[in-house]
Amino acid sequence: MTWELIINLLSWACFLVGGFFLFVGALGMLRLPDFWARLHAASIIDSAGVGLILAGMMLQTGFTLITVKTLLIVGFLLITGPTASHAVASAAFVSGSRPKDIVEDATIEPAKPEKKKRAAKTARKSKS
Amino acid sequence: MSGIYDNMLIIIFGIISSMLCAWIVHHLKLFDVGAPLIAVKTLKFAKYVFWLVVEIGKSDWNIAKVILANDINLQQRLIRVPVGEGSDFSKMLYANSITITPGTVTVETETDCFIVHALIDETADQAALADMGSRAFATQRGEN
Repeated sequence: MTWELIINLLSWACFLVGGFFLFVGALGMLRLPDFWARLHAASIIDSAGVGLILAGMMLQTGFTLITVKTLLIVGFLLITGPTASHAVASAAFVSGSRPKDIVEDATIEPAKPEKKKRAAKTARKSKS
Repeated sequence: MSGIYDNMLIIIFGIISSMLCAWIVHHLKLFDVGAPLIAVKTLKFAKYVFWLVVEIGKSDWNIAKVILANDINLQQRLIRVPVGEGSDFSKMLYANSITITPGTVTVETETDCFIVHALIDETADQAALADMGSRAFATQRGEN
């Protein structure tokens, strides 16, 4: 009885904290200024939100076949999530998009601000 | 995996589809089958995953603080992170670890470095990234 209570409390803590991180991620999607920053909000949802909620589900199911399946879901998400965000980021980078108000950019040689985009493109071409 | 093993038709469908997938991948010659996974040190890999989960938790909290702050204060930067010699698998592991950690995203991979986008000052820490890299590379046999 007490064991069940402990498990229930733990899983509810997981659900609540995971829900909090999902909310924070969604808020970040709206509040952050540009594409590059929003990518990080998606990353929060990917790792903390989904991870904690699935951990809570695992605690609820106990040790059964469903737990194994949930673990597999976590594993696949940990592989596919970053791969997808890398693909999106890479596409944005290749198409010449750069973060707003960037502090430091190691990818371009100092160029005139209005020619920034073109300089980045030619720099990439010469490398590849 | 569904716990239902008494319906032969479904099991046969499962076997056929998994064999079809395996054959397609083999036929496309997408990758060197099995070699990098065999070289993984299981215990070290488990340790690495555990360490990574803790790191993800920490930076989750950092980025959550940034999002919830009254005025959003970002120091976005694109940095080059040097990558040592290593197998494709450990490079993949390193790049994916960087991306899954909130605050850093691997944008582009080049032969000897990754271009990483960092959201705030704390996450643009070359030393911490290099530490993550050495841990990722240590999971492979024959590399340290």
